Amino acid sequence: MTDPVIHLHDLHKIYVVSERESGILAALQSLLHRETENVPAVDGISFDLNAGEVVGFLGPNGAGKTTTLKMLSGLLHPTAGDGTVLGYVPWKREKEFLRRITLVMGQRNQLVWDIPALDSFELNRAIYRIPAPDYQRMLSELTDLLELGPLLRKPVRNLSLGERMKCEIAAALLHRPQVVFLDEPTIGLDVTMQRRIRTFLSEYNRRYGATILLTSHYMADVEALCRRVIVIHHGRLLFDGDLSDLVQRFTAHKTIVVRLADCQTDLHSYGDVVSCDEGSFTLRVPKAQTAHVTERLLADLPVIDLLVEDPPIEEVIERVFEQGAP
Amino acid sequence: MSGLRDLYAQQFKTTFAAMLQYRASLVIWMIGHVLEPLVYLIVWSTVSTTGGGSVGDYTTRDFAAYFLVIMLVNHVTYTWIMYEYEYRVREGNLSFALLRPVHPIHADIADNVSSKLITLPFMLLIAFILALIFRPTFAIVPWAAAAFLPALLLAFLLRYLIEWTLALTAFWTTRVGAVNQTYFVAMLFLSGQMAPLSLFPMPIKIAATILPFRWMVSFPVELFLGQLTPVEAAEGILAQVLWVGIAFVLLRIVWRAGVRVYSAVGA
Repeated sequence: MTDPVIHLHDLHKIYVVSERESGILAALQSLLHRETENVPAVDGISFDLNAGEVVGFLGPNGAGKTTTLKMLSGLLHPTAGDGTVLGYVPWKREKEFLRRITLVMGQRNQLVWDIPALDSFELNRAIYRIPAPDYQRMLSELTDLLELGPLLRKPVRNLSLGERMKCEIAAALLHRPQVVFLDEPTIGLDVTMQRRIRTFLSEYNRRYGATILLTSHYMADVEALCRRVIVIHHGRLLFDGDLSDLVQRFTAHKTIVVRLADCQTDLHSYGDVVSCDEGSFTLRVPKAQTAHVTERLLADLPVIDLLVEDPPIEEVIERVFEQGAP
Repeated sequence: MSGLRDLYAQQFKTTFAAMLQYRASLVIWMIGHVLEPLVYLIVWSTVSTTGGGSVGDYTTRDFAAYFLVIMLVNHVTYTWIMYEYEYRVREGNLSFALLRPVHPIHADIADNVSSKLITLPFMLLIAFILALIFRPTFAIVPWAAAAFLPALLLAFLLRYLIEWTLALTAFWTTRVGAVNQTYFVAMLFLSGQMAPLSLFPMPIKIAATILPFRWMVSFPVELFLGQLTPVEAAEGILAQVLWVGIAFVLLRIVWRAGVRVYSAVGA
Protein backbone atom coordinates (compact mmCIF):
# COMPACT_ATOMS: atom_id res chain seq x y z
CA MET A 1 0.00 0.00 0.00
CA THR A 2 1.49 3.31 -1.02
CA ASP A 3 1.18 6.41 1.11
CA PRO A 4 -1.99 8.41 0.61
CA VAL A 5 -1.69 11.51 -1.56
CA ILE A 6 -3.76 13.51 0.88
CA HIS A 7 -3.69 12.82 4.57
CA LEU A 8 -5.62 14.83 7.12
CA HIS A 9 -5.67 14.10 10.81
CA ASP A 10 -7.97 15.81 13.28
CA LEU A 11 -7.88 19.11 11.43
CA HIS A 12 -9.39 22.14 13.16
CA LYS A 13 -9.96 25.68 12.02
CA ILE A 14 -11.40 28.23 14.39
CA TYR A 15 -12.17 31.71 13.11
CA VAL A 16 -12.08 34.51 15.66
CA VAL A 17 -14.92 36.83 14.75
CA SER A 18 -15.46 40.17 16.45
CA GLU A 19 -19.07 40.96 17.13
CA ARG A 20 -21.01 43.85 18.54
CA GLU A 21 -24.55 45.04 18.95
CA SER A 22 -25.83 47.56 16.46
CA GLY A 23 -26.08 51.23 17.41
CA ILE A 24 -23.75 54.09 18.23
CA LEU A 25 -23.25 53.24 21.88
CA ALA A 26 -22.18 49.73 21.02
CA ALA A 27 -19.87 51.10 18.35
CA LEU A 28 -18.17 53.33 20.93
CA GLN A 29 -17.91 50.50 23.41
CA SER A 30 -16.27 48.35 20.81
CA LEU A 31 -13.49 50.94 20.55
CA LEU A 32 -12.47 50.10 24.08
CA HIS A 33 -13.36 46.49 24.31
CA ARG A 34 -13.95 44.08 21.48
CA GLU A 35 -16.16 41.11 22.02
CA THR A 36 -14.87 38.20 20.04
CA GLU A 37 -16.37 34.86 19.38
CA ASN A 38 -14.67 31.67 18.31
CA VAL A 39 -16.40 30.10 15.38
CA PRO A 40 -15.24 26.57 14.63
CA ALA A 41 -15.42 26.21 10.84
CA VAL A 42 -13.69 22.86 10.72
CA ASP A 43 -13.99 20.80 13.86
CA GLY A 44 -11.75 17.75 13.76
CA ILE A 45 -11.74 16.28 10.28
CA SER A 46 -9.66 13.29 9.24
CA PHE A 47 -9.49 11.52 5.91
CA ASP A 48 -7.05 10.03 3.43
CA LEU A 49 -7.15 10.16 -0.36
CA ASN A 50 -5.18 7.77 -2.53
CA ALA A 51 -3.55 8.59 -5.84
CA GLY A 52 -6.01 8.85 -8.69
CA GLU A 53 -9.15 9.02 -6.57
CA VAL A 54 -11.96 11.40 -7.49
CA VAL A 55 -13.82 12.28 -4.34
CA GLY A 56 -16.91 14.42 -3.86
CA PHE A 57 -16.78 16.71 -0.86
CA LEU A 58 -20.32 17.48 0.20
CA GLY A 59 -22.05 19.57 2.80
CA PRO A 60 -24.49 22.45 3.07
CA ASN A 61 -23.31 26.06 2.85
CA GLY A 62 -21.07 26.93 5.77
CA ALA A 63 -20.23 23.30 6.52
CA GLY A 64 -16.48 23.98 6.21
CA LYS A 65 -15.84 22.62 2.72
CA THR A 66 -14.14 25.70 1.32
CA THR A 67 -12.16 26.21 4.52
CA THR A 68 -10.89 22.65 4.26
CA LEU A 69 -9.96 23.08 0.59
CA LYS A 70 -8.11 26.30 1.43
CA MET A 71 -6.14 24.54 4.14
CA LEU A 72 -5.31 21.72 1.74
CA SER A 73 -4.05 24.17 -0.85
CA GLY A 74 -2.02 26.16 1.65
CA LEU A 75 -4.09 29.35 1.78
CA LEU A 76 -5.19 28.83 5.36
CA HIS A 77 -3.28 27.77 8.40
CA PRO A 78 -5.22 25.30 10.57
CA THR A 79 -5.78 26.07 14.23
CA ALA A 80 -4.87 22.49 15.15
CA GLY A 81 -4.28 19.13 13.59
CA ASP A 82 -1.97 18.01 10.85
CA GLY A 83 -2.05 17.04 7.25
CA THR A 84 0.08 16.40 4.21
CA VAL A 85 -0.54 16.66 0.49
CA LEU A 86 1.95 14.82 -1.73
CA GLY A 87 4.15 14.58 1.34
CA TYR A 88 4.25 18.36 1.86
CA VAL A 89 2.65 20.31 4.67
CA PRO A 90 0.39 22.55 2.57
CA TRP A 91 0.39 25.64 4.77
CA LYS A 92 4.17 25.90 4.54
CA ARG A 93 3.48 26.82 0.91
CA GLU A 94 6.74 25.42 -0.46
CA LYS A 95 7.26 26.24 -4.12
CA GLU A 96 7.64 22.57 -5.06
CA PHE A 97 4.27 21.87 -3.47
CA LEU A 98 2.51 24.79 -5.18
CA ARG A 99 3.86 23.64 -8.53
CA ARG A 100 2.13 20.28 -8.14
CA ILE A 101 -1.36 21.31 -7.04
CA THR A 102 -4.12 23.59 -8.19
CA LEU A 103 -7.25 25.14 -6.73
CA VAL A 104 -10.13 26.14 -8.97
CA MET A 105 -12.68 28.40 -7.37
CA GLY A 106 -15.91 28.60 -9.33
CA GLN A 107 -16.70 32.06 -8.05
CA ARG A 108 -13.31 33.70 -8.49
CA ASN A 109 -11.19 34.24 -11.54
CA GLN A 110 -7.48 34.32 -12.04
CA LEU A 111 -7.58 35.22 -15.73
CA VAL A 112 -6.76 38.82 -16.57
CA TRP A 113 -10.07 40.38 -17.50
CA ASP A 114 -9.04 42.62 -20.37
CA ILE A 115 -6.80 40.39 -22.43
CA PRO A 116 -7.29 37.09 -24.26
CA ALA A 117 -7.07 33.94 -22.15
CA LEU A 118 -4.09 32.78 -24.22
CA ASP A 119 -2.03 35.68 -22.81
CA SER A 120 -2.93 34.65 -19.27
CA PHE A 121 -1.96 31.08 -20.16
CA GLU A 122 1.45 32.32 -21.32
CA LEU A 123 1.86 34.11 -18.02
CA ASN A 124 1.09 30.89 -16.16
CA ARG A 125 3.63 29.07 -18.30
CA ALA A 126 6.25 31.53 -17.05
CA ILE A 127 5.02 31.43 -13.44
CA TYR A 128 5.07 27.65 -13.27
CA ARG A 129 8.19 27.41 -15.42
CA ILE A 130 6.60 24.90 -17.76
CA PRO A 131 9.05 23.84 -20.49
CA ALA A 132 7.88 25.04 -23.90
CA PRO A 133 7.19 21.60 -25.46
CA ASP A 134 5.21 20.45 -22.40
CA TYR A 135 3.24 23.68 -22.46
CA GLN A 136 2.41 23.31 -26.15
CA ARG A 137 1.32 19.73 -25.74
CA MET A 138 -0.81 20.44 -22.68
CA LEU A 139 -2.32 23.52 -24.29
CA SER A 140 -3.36 21.60 -27.38
CA GLU A 141 -4.80 18.77 -25.28
CA LEU A 142 -6.79 21.17 -23.15
CA THR A 143 -7.91 23.12 -26.18
CA ASP A 144 -9.10 19.88 -27.68
CA LEU A 145 -10.86 18.45 -24.63
CA LEU A 146 -12.53 21.69 -23.56
CA GLU A 147 -13.15 22.97 -27.08
CA LEU A 148 -11.32 26.20 -26.38
CA GLY A 149 -10.25 26.89 -29.97
CA PRO A 150 -12.41 29.91 -30.77
CA LEU A 151 -12.21 31.31 -27.20
CA LEU A 152 -8.49 31.69 -26.70
CA ARG A 153 -8.02 34.91 -28.62
CA LYS A 154 -11.02 36.82 -27.33
CA PRO A 155 -10.68 39.17 -24.36
CA VAL A 156 -11.88 37.29 -21.28
CA ARG A 157 -14.49 39.92 -20.49
CA ASN A 158 -16.26 39.06 -23.77
CA LEU A 159 -16.68 35.39 -22.86
CA SER A 160 -19.84 33.90 -21.40
CA LEU A 161 -19.75 32.50 -17.87
CA GLY A 162 -19.39 28.95 -19.12
CA GLU A 163 -16.70 29.82 -21.65
CA ARG A 164 -14.79 31.69 -18.99
CA MET A 165 -15.01 28.77 -16.59
CA LYS A 166 -13.57 26.45 -19.23
CA CYS A 167 -10.66 28.85 -19.69
CA GLU A 168 -10.23 29.16 -15.90
CA ILE A 169 -10.00 25.40 -15.58
CA ALA A 170 -7.53 25.18 -18.46
CA ALA A 171 -5.37 27.91 -16.90
CA ALA A 172 -5.36 26.04 -13.61
CA LEU A 173 -4.29 22.76 -15.20
CA LEU A 174 -1.57 23.91 -17.63
CA HIS A 175 1.16 22.92 -15.22
CA ARG A 176 -0.45 19.47 -15.02
CA PRO A 177 -1.00 19.34 -11.26
CA GLN A 178 -1.15 15.91 -9.62
CA VAL A 179 -3.67 17.13 -7.08
CA VAL A 180 -6.68 19.17 -8.15
CA PHE A 181 -9.00 20.94 -5.73
CA LEU A 182 -12.22 22.25 -7.22
CA ASP A 183 -14.63 24.44 -5.30
CA GLU A 184 -17.97 24.57 -7.11
CA PRO A 185 -16.49 24.36 -10.61
CA THR A 186 -19.88 24.16 -12.29
CA ILE A 187 -21.74 26.80 -10.31
CA GLY A 188 -24.09 28.89 -12.41
CA LEU A 189 -23.47 26.90 -15.59
CA ASP A 190 -26.12 25.40 -17.81
CA VAL A 191 -26.65 21.65 -17.97
CA THR A 192 -24.71 21.12 -21.19
CA MET A 193 -21.72 23.07 -19.93
CA GLN A 194 -21.85 21.23 -16.60
CA ARG A 195 -21.77 17.92 -18.43
CA ARG A 196 -18.85 19.01 -20.60
CA ILE A 197 -16.80 20.04 -17.59
CA ARG A 198 -17.66 16.78 -15.85
CA THR A 199 -16.55 14.72 -18.84
CA PHE A 200 -13.38 16.75 -19.01
CA LEU A 201 -12.52 16.26 -15.33
CA SER A 202 -13.03 12.55 -15.58
CA GLU A 203 -10.82 12.45 -18.68
CA TYR A 204 -8.11 14.51 -16.93
CA ASN A 205 -8.21 12.09 -14.02
CA ARG A 206 -7.97 9.09 -16.34
CA ARG A 207 -5.17 10.49 -18.47
CA TYR A 208 -2.86 11.83 -15.78
CA GLY A 209 -3.88 9.78 -12.76
CA ALA A 210 -4.53 13.01 -10.88
CA THR A 211 -6.20 13.01 -7.50
CA ILE A 212 -9.31 15.19 -7.49
CA LEU A 213 -11.31 16.52 -4.57
CA LEU A 214 -14.33 18.57 -5.57
CA THR A 215 -17.25 20.28 -3.94
CA SER A 216 -20.47 20.81 -5.79
CA HIS A 217 -24.07 21.49 -5.07
CA TYR A 218 -25.04 19.62 -8.22
CA MET A 219 -25.52 15.98 -7.39
CA ALA A 220 -25.21 15.12 -11.06
CA ASP A 221 -21.54 16.19 -10.85
CA VAL A 222 -20.96 13.93 -7.90
CA GLU A 223 -22.83 10.94 -9.32
CA ALA A 224 -20.99 11.17 -12.63
CA LEU A 225 -17.51 11.68 -11.21
CA CYS A 226 -17.17 10.30 -7.73
CA ARG A 227 -17.45 6.81 -6.45
CA ARG A 228 -16.48 8.01 -3.03
CA VAL A 229 -17.97 10.93 -1.14
CA ILE A 230 -17.03 12.72 2.04
CA VAL A 231 -19.88 14.54 3.75
CA ILE A 232 -19.30 17.20 6.37
CA HIS A 233 -21.71 19.28 8.38
CA HIS A 234 -20.95 21.93 11.02
CA GLY A 235 -17.27 21.22 10.44
CA ARG A 236 -17.56 17.55 11.35
CA LEU A 237 -17.31 14.43 9.26
CA LEU A 238 -20.71 12.80 8.74
CA PHE A 239 -19.87 10.18 6.20
CA ASP A 240 -16.89 8.91 4.25
CA GLY A 241 -17.41 6.07 1.85
CA ASP A 242 -19.02 4.88 -1.37
CA LEU A 243 -21.83 6.96 -2.74
CA SER A 244 -24.05 3.87 -2.85
CA ASP A 245 -23.42 3.19 0.84
CA LEU A 246 -24.43 6.76 1.61
CA VAL A 247 -27.75 6.11 -0.02
CA GLN A 248 -28.16 2.84 1.86
CA ARG A 249 -27.31 4.37 5.15
CA PHE A 250 -29.32 7.54 5.00
CA THR A 251 -32.52 6.44 3.37
CA ALA A 252 -35.22 5.01 5.48
CA HIS A 253 -37.46 4.55 2.42
CA LYS A 254 -37.50 2.97 -0.98
CA THR A 255 -39.60 3.93 -3.92
CA ILE A 256 -41.76 1.27 -5.55
CA VAL A 257 -43.13 2.06 -8.99
CA VAL A 258 -45.96 -0.32 -9.76
CA ARG A 259 -47.98 -0.39 -12.98
CA LEU A 260 -51.59 -1.36 -12.98
CA ALA A 261 -54.32 -0.97 -15.60
CA ASP A 262 -55.43 2.43 -14.28
CA CYS A 263 -55.30 4.78 -11.29
CA GLN A 264 -58.59 3.59 -9.74
CA THR A 265 -57.14 1.12 -7.23
CA ASP A 266 -56.61 2.33 -3.66
CA LEU A 267 -53.04 1.47 -2.63
CA HIS A 268 -52.95 3.32 0.67
CA SER A 269 -52.72 0.15 2.68
CA TYR A 270 -49.38 -0.65 0.98
CA GLY A 271 -47.52 2.62 1.54
CA ASP A 272 -47.58 6.38 0.87
CA VAL A 273 -48.88 7.05 -2.60
CA VAL A 274 -46.67 9.79 -3.98
CA SER A 275 -48.32 9.98 -7.40
CA CYS A 276 -50.15 8.07 -10.07
CA ASP A 277 -49.79 8.68 -13.75
CA GLU A 278 -51.70 6.55 -16.29
CA GLY A 279 -51.80 3.57 -13.99
CA SER A 280 -48.20 3.96 -12.88
CA PHE A 281 -48.19 4.39 -9.09
CA THR A 282 -45.23 5.70 -7.14
CA LEU A 283 -45.20 4.40 -3.57
CA ARG A 284 -42.90 5.26 -0.71
CA VAL A 285 -42.36 2.46 1.76
CA PRO A 286 -40.08 1.99 4.76
CA LYS A 287 -36.90 0.22 3.62
CA ALA A 288 -37.34 -2.74 5.96
CA GLN A 289 -40.78 -3.48 4.55
CA THR A 290 -39.86 -3.26 0.88
CA ALA A 291 -39.70 -7.00 0.29
CA HIS A 292 -42.91 -7.65 2.17
CA VAL A 293 -44.86 -4.90 0.39
CA THR A 294 -43.58 -6.03 -3.01
CA GLU A 295 -44.69 -9.57 -2.27
CA ARG A 296 -48.15 -8.39 -1.23
CA LEU A 297 -48.52 -6.15 -4.30
CA LEU A 298 -47.64 -9.00 -6.63
CA ALA A 299 -49.94 -11.42 -4.82
CA ASP A 300 -52.96 -9.12 -4.45
CA LEU A 301 -53.06 -7.11 -7.68
CA PRO A 302 -52.85 -7.60 -11.44
CA VAL A 303 -49.41 -6.03 -11.66
CA ILE A 304 -48.14 -5.25 -15.18
CA ASP A 305 -44.71 -3.99 -14.10
CA LEU A 306 -42.92 -3.33 -10.82
CA LEU A 307 -39.73 -1.44 -10.05
CA VAL A 308 -37.97 -0.88 -6.71
CA GLU A 309 -35.75 2.20 -6.60
CA ASP A 310 -33.65 4.25 -4.24
CA PRO A 311 -34.90 7.79 -3.87
CA PRO A 312 -33.05 10.41 -5.94
CA ILE A 313 -29.64 11.35 -4.59
CA GLU A 314 -30.71 14.96 -3.98
CA GLU A 315 -33.34 13.73 -1.59
CA VAL A 316 -30.84 11.55 0.22
CA ILE A 317 -28.38 14.38 0.63
CA GLU A 318 -31.09 16.67 1.86
CA ARG A 319 -32.00 14.11 4.46
CA VAL A 320 -28.35 13.73 5.49
CA PHE A 321 -28.03 17.46 6.07
CA GLU A 322 -31.29 17.57 7.99
CA GLN A 323 -30.49 14.63 10.21
CA GLY A 324 -26.95 15.53 11.03
CA ALA A 325 -24.96 12.64 12.43
CA PRO A 326 -26.63 9.24 11.88
CA MET B 1 17.30 33.29 -12.99
CA SER B 2 16.22 32.65 -16.58
CA GLY B 3 12.86 31.59 -15.14
CA LEU B 4 12.50 34.95 -13.46
CA ARG B 5 13.52 36.77 -16.64
CA ASP B 6 10.88 34.86 -18.56
CA LEU B 7 8.34 35.74 -15.88
CA TYR B 8 9.17 39.45 -16.14
CA ALA B 9 8.97 39.33 -19.92
CA GLN B 10 5.57 37.66 -19.82
CA GLN B 11 4.30 40.01 -17.13
CA PHE B 12 5.42 42.96 -19.27
CA LYS B 13 3.44 41.65 -22.21
CA THR B 14 0.36 41.05 -20.08
CA THR B 15 0.46 44.46 -18.45
CA PHE B 16 1.14 46.15 -21.78
CA ALA B 17 -1.90 44.52 -23.32
CA ALA B 18 -4.10 45.28 -20.31
CA MET B 19 -2.87 48.89 -19.97
CA LEU B 20 -3.61 49.67 -23.57
CA GLN B 21 -7.23 48.81 -22.81
CA TYR B 22 -7.26 51.65 -20.30
CA ARG B 23 -5.78 54.52 -22.26
CA ALA B 24 -8.10 57.09 -20.67
CA SER B 25 -7.09 56.21 -17.13
CA LEU B 26 -3.43 56.34 -18.14
CA VAL B 27 -3.96 59.88 -19.42
CA ILE B 28 -5.75 60.98 -16.24
CA TRP B 29 -3.03 59.42 -14.14
CA MET B 30 -0.37 61.34 -16.09
CA ILE B 31 -2.28 64.60 -15.78
CA GLY B 32 -2.14 64.15 -11.99
CA HIS B 33 1.60 63.62 -12.16
CA VAL B 34 2.01 66.82 -14.16
CA LEU B 35 -0.41 69.03 -12.25
CA GLU B 36 1.00 68.58 -8.78
CA PRO B 37 4.56 69.72 -9.50
CA LEU B 38 3.18 72.36 -11.85
CA VAL B 39 1.18 73.93 -9.02
CA TYR B 40 4.24 74.05 -6.76
CA LEU B 41 6.32 75.40 -9.62
CA ILE B 42 3.88 78.25 -10.22
CA VAL B 43 3.59 79.04 -6.51
CA TRP B 44 7.37 79.14 -6.02
CA SER B 45 7.94 81.10 -9.23
CA THR B 46 5.48 83.71 -7.99
CA VAL B 47 7.08 83.86 -4.55
CA SER B 48 10.49 84.15 -6.14
CA THR B 49 9.45 86.88 -8.59
CA THR B 50 7.81 88.99 -5.90
CA GLY B 51 10.80 88.41 -3.61
CA GLY B 52 13.22 90.02 -6.09
CA GLY B 53 13.97 87.03 -8.34
CA SER B 54 15.07 84.37 -5.86
CA VAL B 55 14.30 82.43 -2.67
CA GLY B 56 17.34 81.10 -0.83
CA ASP B 57 19.71 79.79 -3.49
CA TYR B 58 16.92 79.32 -5.98
CA THR B 59 16.17 81.73 -8.83
CA THR B 60 12.84 81.52 -10.66
CA ARG B 61 14.48 79.47 -13.40
CA ASP B 62 16.14 77.18 -10.85
CA PHE B 63 12.68 76.44 -9.50
CA ALA B 64 11.52 75.58 -13.00
CA ALA B 65 14.44 73.17 -13.44
CA TYR B 66 13.88 71.67 -10.00
CA PHE B 67 10.18 70.96 -10.40
CA LEU B 68 10.49 69.61 -13.92
CA VAL B 69 13.05 67.06 -12.76
CA ILE B 70 10.96 66.33 -9.64
CA MET B 71 8.03 65.67 -11.92
CA LEU B 72 9.95 63.07 -13.92
CA VAL B 73 11.64 61.43 -10.94
CA ASN B 74 8.36 61.23 -9.07
CA HIS B 75 6.72 59.67 -12.09
CA VAL B 76 9.45 57.06 -12.45
CA THR B 77 9.50 56.12 -8.77
CA TYR B 78 5.75 56.33 -8.16
CA THR B 79 3.79 53.24 -7.05
CA TRP B 80 0.07 52.63 -6.54
CA ILE B 81 0.55 49.44 -4.62
CA MET B 82 -0.81 50.87 -1.36
CA TYR B 83 -4.24 51.36 -2.93
CA GLU B 84 -4.00 48.07 -4.73
CA TYR B 85 -3.36 45.92 -1.67
CA GLU B 86 -6.35 47.15 0.26
CA TYR B 87 -8.51 46.05 -2.65
CA ARG B 88 -6.74 42.73 -3.04
CA VAL B 89 -7.08 41.73 0.57
CA ARG B 90 -10.69 42.83 0.77
CA GLU B 91 -11.72 41.05 -2.42
CA GLY B 92 -9.70 37.96 -1.62
CA ASN B 93 -7.79 38.26 -4.89
CA LEU B 94 -4.58 37.69 -3.04
CA SER B 95 -5.43 34.00 -2.85
CA PHE B 96 -4.39 33.42 -6.44
CA ALA B 97 -1.08 35.17 -5.85
CA LEU B 98 -0.49 32.93 -2.84
CA LEU B 99 -1.22 29.79 -4.83
CA ARG B 100 1.56 30.58 -7.28
CA PRO B 101 5.06 29.23 -6.81
CA VAL B 102 6.66 32.66 -7.09
CA HIS B 103 6.85 35.70 -4.81
CA PRO B 104 4.04 38.12 -5.77
CA ILE B 105 6.30 41.19 -5.64
CA HIS B 106 7.80 40.17 -8.99
CA ALA B 107 4.49 40.48 -10.79
CA ASP B 108 3.91 43.85 -9.10
CA ILE B 109 7.30 45.28 -10.05
CA ALA B 110 6.96 44.08 -13.63
CA ASP B 111 3.49 45.58 -13.73
CA ASN B 112 4.76 48.93 -12.47
CA VAL B 113 7.77 49.09 -14.78
CA SER B 114 5.81 48.17 -17.89
CA SER B 115 3.21 50.84 -17.30
CA LYS B 116 6.03 53.37 -16.82
CA LEU B 117 7.55 52.31 -20.12
CA ILE B 118 4.29 53.22 -21.80
CA THR B 119 3.89 56.58 -20.10
CA LEU B 120 7.47 57.82 -19.85
CA PRO B 121 7.78 59.05 -23.47
CA PHE B 122 4.69 61.19 -22.96
CA MET B 123 6.01 62.57 -19.68
CA LEU B 124 9.27 63.52 -21.38
CA LEU B 125 7.31 65.29 -24.10
CA ILE B 126 5.27 67.19 -21.51
CA ALA B 127 8.47 68.12 -19.65
CA PHE B 128 9.91 69.44 -22.90
CA ILE B 129 6.85 71.60 -23.59
CA LEU B 130 6.85 72.91 -20.00
CA ALA B 131 10.54 73.70 -20.38
CA LEU B 132 9.71 75.90 -23.38
CA ILE B 133 7.21 77.80 -21.24
CA PHE B 134 9.12 78.10 -17.92
CA ARG B 135 12.65 78.29 -19.38
CA PRO B 136 14.60 76.44 -16.67
CA THR B 137 18.34 76.77 -16.25
CA PHE B 138 20.29 73.54 -16.01
CA ALA B 139 23.86 73.42 -14.80
CA ILE B 140 24.60 69.88 -15.90
CA VAL B 141 27.74 68.34 -14.43
CA PRO B 142 28.74 65.31 -16.56
CA TRP B 143 29.82 62.97 -13.74
CA ALA B 144 26.71 63.87 -11.72
CA ALA B 145 24.44 63.32 -14.68
CA ALA B 146 26.08 59.90 -15.12
CA ALA B 147 25.52 59.07 -11.45
CA PHE B 148 21.89 60.14 -11.81
CA LEU B 149 20.81 56.86 -13.44
CA PRO B 150 21.97 54.47 -10.71
CA ALA B 151 20.63 56.92 -8.12
CA LEU B 152 17.27 56.96 -9.89
CA LEU B 153 17.21 53.17 -10.05
CA LEU B 154 18.01 52.89 -6.34
CA ALA B 155 15.36 55.51 -5.58
CA PHE B 156 12.79 53.46 -7.49
CA LEU B 157 13.81 50.26 -5.74
CA LEU B 158 13.77 51.89 -2.31
CA ARG B 159 10.41 53.53 -2.83
CA TYR B 160 9.00 50.29 -4.22
CA LEU B 161 10.19 48.18 -1.31
CA ILE B 162 8.99 50.67 1.29
CA GLU B 163 5.58 51.25 -0.24
CA TRP B 164 5.09 47.52 -0.87
CA THR B 165 5.87 46.89 2.80
CA LEU B 166 3.48 49.66 3.91
CA ALA B 167 0.82 48.26 1.60
CA LEU B 168 0.95 45.06 3.62
CA THR B 169 -0.72 46.84 6.56
CA ALA B 170 -3.86 45.83 4.67
CA PHE B 171 -3.34 42.40 6.23
CA TRP B 172 -3.93 43.82 9.69
CA THR B 173 -6.52 46.49 9.18
CA THR B 174 -9.22 47.13 6.65
CA ARG B 175 -8.69 50.88 7.09
CA VAL B 176 -5.36 51.43 5.45
CA GLY B 177 -6.44 54.92 4.39
CA ALA B 178 -5.08 56.44 7.61
CA VAL B 179 -1.68 54.84 7.15
CA ASN B 180 -1.55 55.95 3.54
CA GLN B 181 -2.50 59.51 4.40
CA THR B 182 0.19 59.86 7.05
CA TYR B 183 2.77 58.47 4.69
CA PHE B 184 1.76 60.74 1.82
CA VAL B 185 1.97 63.88 3.95
CA ALA B 186 5.43 62.91 5.20
CA MET B 187 6.40 62.12 1.61
CA LEU B 188 5.17 65.49 0.36
CA PHE B 189 7.31 67.45 2.82
CA LEU B 190 10.34 65.24 3.30
CA SER B 191 10.96 63.95 -0.20
CA GLY B 192 11.29 67.42 -1.72
CA GLN B 193 8.10 67.25 -3.74
CA MET B 194 6.59 70.43 -2.29
CA ALA B 195 9.77 72.48 -2.08
CA PRO B 196 13.52 71.86 -2.35
CA LEU B 197 14.77 70.42 0.93
CA SER B 198 17.54 73.04 1.13
CA LEU B 199 14.86 75.70 1.72
CA PHE B 200 13.52 73.94 4.81
CA PRO B 201 14.73 74.67 8.35
CA MET B 202 17.53 72.49 9.70
CA PRO B 203 15.42 70.02 11.78
CA ILE B 204 13.34 69.07 8.75
CA LYS B 205 16.44 68.74 6.59
CA ILE B 206 17.97 66.41 9.15
CA ALA B 207 14.78 64.38 9.42
CA ALA B 208 14.60 64.00 5.64
CA THR B 209 18.21 62.81 5.55
CA ILE B 210 17.93 60.31 8.40
CA LEU B 211 14.61 58.94 7.18
CA PRO B 212 14.39 57.27 3.76
CA PHE B 213 12.34 60.09 2.16
CA ARG B 214 15.13 62.17 0.65
CA TRP B 215 16.66 59.07 -0.91
CA MET B 216 13.44 58.14 -2.69
CA VAL B 217 12.94 61.33 -4.72
CA SER B 218 14.96 64.40 -3.81
CA PHE B 219 18.46 62.91 -3.96
CA PRO B 220 18.52 61.96 -7.67
CA VAL B 221 17.06 65.38 -8.49
CA GLU B 222 19.75 67.20 -6.51
CA LEU B 223 22.34 65.06 -8.25
CA PHE B 224 20.99 65.77 -11.72
CA LEU B 225 20.88 69.50 -11.08
CA GLY B 226 24.54 69.48 -10.12
CA GLN B 227 23.92 70.64 -6.55
CA LEU B 228 26.08 67.99 -4.89
CA THR B 229 29.82 67.52 -4.40
CA PRO B 230 31.32 64.14 -5.37
CA VAL B 231 31.57 63.21 -1.70
CA GLU B 232 27.91 64.09 -1.05
CA ALA B 233 26.92 62.06 -4.10
CA ALA B 234 28.89 59.03 -2.92
CA GLU B 235 27.40 59.36 0.57
CA GLY B 236 23.95 59.59 -0.98
CA ILE B 237 24.36 56.43 -3.03
CA LEU B 238 25.65 54.66 0.07
CA ALA B 239 22.64 55.87 2.05
CA GLN B 240 20.35 54.58 -0.69
CA VAL B 241 22.03 51.17 -0.74
CA LEU B 242 21.80 50.99 3.05
CA TRP B 243 18.13 51.87 3.03
CA VAL B 244 17.39 49.37 0.27
CA GLY B 245 19.00 46.72 2.47
CA ILE B 246 16.93 47.76 5.50
CA ALA B 247 13.74 47.95 3.46
CA PHE B 248 14.41 44.51 1.98
CA VAL B 249 14.78 42.92 5.42
CA LEU B 250 11.67 44.74 6.67
CA LEU B 251 9.68 43.58 3.67
CA ARG B 252 10.58 39.96 4.29
CA ILE B 253 9.64 40.14 7.95
CA VAL B 254 6.37 41.98 7.38
CA TRP B 255 5.42 39.76 4.43
CA ARG B 256 5.90 36.60 6.44
CA ALA B 257 3.92 37.97 9.37
CA GLY B 258 1.23 39.30 7.05
CA VAL B 259 0.74 35.99 5.28
CA ARG B 260 0.46 34.32 8.66
CA VAL B 261 -2.32 36.73 9.62
CA TYR B 262 -4.06 36.36 6.25
CA SER B 263 -3.98 32.60 6.50
CA ALA B 264 -5.31 32.74 10.06
CA VAL B 265 -8.26 35.01 9.43
CA GLY B 266 -9.47 33.66 6.14
CA ALA B 267 -8.47 34.08 2.56
